[in-house]
Amino acid sequence: MSNETTLHQHDVHSHDDHAHHEHHEHAHHEHKQHFITKYVFSQDHKIISRQFLVTGIFWAIVGGLMSVFFRLQLGFPEETFKVLSAFLGDWAPNGKMDPEMYYGLITIHGTVLVFFVLTAGLSGTFSNFLIPLQVGARDMASPFLNMLSYWFFAVAGVIMFVSLFTSTGPASGGWTTYPPLSALKEASMGSGIGMDLWLASMSLFVISSLLGGLNYIVTVLNMRTKGMYMTRMPLTIWAFLFTAVLGVLSFPVLLSACVLLIFDRHMGTSFYLSEIYIAGKALPNVGGSPILYQHLFWFLGHPEVYIIMLPAMGMASEILSTHSRKPIFGYMAMVLSLIGITVLAFLVWAHHMFVTGMSPFLGGVFVLLTLLIAIPSAVKVFNWLTTIFRGNVRFTVAMLFAMGFVSLFISGGLTGLFLGNSALDIHLHDTYFVVAHFHIVMGISAFFGMFAGVYHWFPKMYGRYMNNTLGYIHFFITFVGAYVIFWPMHYEGVAGMPRRYYEYTNWESFKQFADLNQMISVAAIIVFFAQLLFVFNYFVSVWKGRKVTSTNPWKANSLEWTTPILPGHGNWDGPIPEVHRWAYDYKDNGEGGDFIPQNVPLRDGEESH
Amino acid sequence: MSGLLLVLLVALIFVVLYQVARSSEMVARIQGEEIFDKKRNNILGYSMLVLFSAFMIGIYWCHQYMMPKMAPEAASDHGKTYDFMFEITLYVTGAIFLLTQFLLFWFTFKYRRVGDRVPFHFVHNTKLELVWTTIPAIAMAVLVAIGLKSWFKMTDMAPKGSMQIEIVGKQFNWISRYPGADGTLGKRYFTNISDKDNILGLDWTDANNMDDIIIPNGELRLVKDKPVELIIGSRDVIHDVGLTHFRMKMDAVPGITTRLWFTPTITTREMQVKTGNPNFVYELSCDQMCGKGHYSMRAVVIVETQAEHNIWLKAQQSYYVQNHPVAAPAADSAKPAIDSTKKITMN
Repeated sequence: MSNETTLHQHDVHSHDDHAHHEHHEHAHHEHKQHFITKYVFSQDHKIISRQFLVTGIFWAIVGGLMSVFFRLQLGFPEETFKVLSAFLGDWAPNGKMDPEMYYGLITIHGTVLVFFVLTAGLSGTFSNFLIPLQVGARDMASPFLNMLSYWFFAVAGVIMFVSLFTSTGPASGGWTTYPPLSALKEASMGSGIGMDLWLASMSLFVISSLLGGLNYIVTVLNMRTKGMYMTRMPLTIWAFLFTAVLGVLSFPVLLSACVLLIFDRHMGTSFYLSEIYIAGKALPNVGGSPILYQHLFWFLGHPEVYIIMLPAMGMASEILSTHSRKPIFGYMAMVLSLIGITVLAFLVWAHHMFVTGMSPFLGGVFVLLTLLIAIPSAVKVFNWLTTIFRGNVRFTVAMLFAMGFVSLFISGGLTGLFLGNSALDIHLHDTYFVVAHFHIVMGISAFFGMFAGVYHWFPKMYGRYMNNTLGYIHFFITFVGAYVIFWPMHYEGVAGMPRRYYEYTNWESFKQFADLNQMISVAAIIVFFAQLLFVFNYFVSVWKGRKVTSTNPWKANSLEWTTPILPGHGNWDGPIPEVHRWAYDYKDNGEGGDFIPQNVPLRDGEESH
Repeated sequence: MSGLLLVLLVALIFVVLYQVARSSEMVARIQGEEIFDKKRNNILGYSMLVLFSAFMIGIYWCHQYMMPKMAPEAASDHGKTYDFMFEITLYVTGAIFLLTQFLLFWFTFKYRRVGDRVPFHFVHNTKLELVWTTIPAIAMAVLVAIGLKSWFKMTDMAPKGSMQIEIVGKQFNWISRYPGADGTLGKRYFTNISDKDNILGLDWTDANNMDDIIIPNGELRLVKDKPVELIIGSRDVIHDVGLTHFRMKMDAVPGITTRLWFTPTITTREMQVKTGNPNFVYELSCDQMCGKGHYSMRAVVIVETQAEHNIWLKAQQSYYVQNHPVAAPAADSAKPAIDSTKKITMN
């Protein structure tokens, strides 16, 4: 069934003079739709994508604020802070955070940032927004499932939020929630109702992710416009496709891990439990293995980091090419490296488990497979560099963030070569080296990809620009701040400083870093406020930003720029454009322009790429 | 109150910034987008050079500041292997890091759009792709080869004649057990555990347990140049034996016995002299999140000479004697002896 049948007739309108009347006309011809169906239970992929983005921003602020709180504890373990009592209440009596709450905060910070912000907020936003627009479809294959995908995510979020206010606190076993710690309520306060809510929330999140992912895959495979061969798709679409494949194949495994954990918690099973003596008594459970959970968790957990990274890679490719006014270098190599990364992503999960006592032979296999990922990653980096080489770089905010993405991806990727090599991982495992590595490579760099995407496609989302100057301030503070915060953490990790410690004052081996931790905390707080500047810029620009006056403000080639400035539900007023060339024809168009959009037919004698 | 003021201050700064930022949009409109764009590209292009210089100076400065604070040289044979491997990996990745970061910043600066240069139409080059597929592949092969060699050495069986010590984690401290005069650790099982008089659940029907020594604060007493095998267990949740100075680590998993071995090469006293820190002490940290007391799960490791070790060992009373003042072994041996220490599960 074509998705056109799901569209409202009045959306298919012609309006030539959209530059001036876009807003009025829009308001006018959409008037039949109630506010609720248009903005709340919307089936328009563009509205859903903005719902994902705004929800993602909300969670990023919550998660970021949590990091400010625990950085206060880490940087100033002897001090008390009124702000902590104000926010945490009895969890921070007299301004001193309780260790239970410290662990709750790091757990929810990790969960929220990884799943709600960098999975739903990133791929939810941009897969939804760009897939139909860039492949030339009126909407997703199933707009209804797409809407459900958002609402499952929203409910998952509500449950997670509620868990913060329970009397025993939120889940506090780390974002990986390893049993038996997370399975036994005797082991930690957070393993009470907070953990149940965490599991419920994650289960709903998995459903949301599956509904979204299936939709993305079907849309990319089946709904491309005429002439949009797979080899003509923008790299963003390739990246979203593989992201969705990764999610669909690995998220169910997380769901099974959650279900077994629920059984162990409430139904007396022993999947993960064996020979435990806790709270003065020996438990009846024998025969289970806590390591089983780790295998299940990381079978999702590792692909998850690529679920986060691939969309950022795709968007960076698109933005680097557009703003360098040059075709992306080595398009097929980029696609092949995406495929390589996707396949390898499923084969490396146990490198998170080198020190669990696993068979050394198996460990060796995982070392080999893990370091293989460096090869497609290196290919991508060199291709990005060559894309900029002898280009014509326009320093838009999006371009700066895309370039910052590459810098961070290099820095964080290289430290992966230490951690992936098991003999080095023995020492570095669970130290700040790991914290520095994954924050740079999949936290900050994915955020940079996301910021680049927001600045680049904001004109398409809202018909207005974000403010450039605030964007530049945002970029410089965040870029410098990211390195100031995370670079020294590598050294702490090499010195063996363990992560997830509430304080280090009693440790002869780690207390010399007190000053450094303080500096990192101050930097983290500054960077947090710089992100609020972005949020401020975002919302002010939605209503007050400079208006976009041309349908193709960046002079880009892909199809989303052939739609009206503010496309209605259905995206194109007339018929869907036909595609005649690949997405990166940045070259002389014969009339003084330096780009040729995908819908422009080949000139006489011109060869298709 | 001060919180409210802070929020107001931040809001005020944002609004001021926004107004300033608006004016730049006006300038752009007056100058014309094209001229404004080139001017901006020029300024930001140069700022890339500044940023790169700051980046490099920052790295150098950070390195100078951090090095005196780092852990001293590795105090075990495996640790030396680790240090060597770390250095090799650092040189390989460091070279790639400097090269790619430099090119990234240099290209963005060099090719900033200021004039009307026509960009070089460069779409594909198989030779280049092959070069930067092959070179990383070779570099990875070298790293994997060195890595696996070290890994198999470190995870191999402990040499014969190694000293065996059991270390067991619980919320939130470590407990260590020494085999006593017979050199054998007796059997233990979790159902025997009692916080009052059998903290590790020793099976009193096993004669090997009679002379076992238990140190409730987890202190590890190792002998210089003598391989030691740690038999690792947990009573409740997953912990992790982290031995920073020896560059070793292994999870303590309930229901599974894990092991690690190494040979300490520097005594605590020698290390105190080397570091010039009379308070220096080897520490055992818990490196796997285990609950609210995770950060306090500390034990001390002492490396001493064989002679010192013998004196210490002689002074210890066995756990059985400590808890059974009238030394009479318990008689009930109906239960089959199940033994946690002999179960090794390969995952």
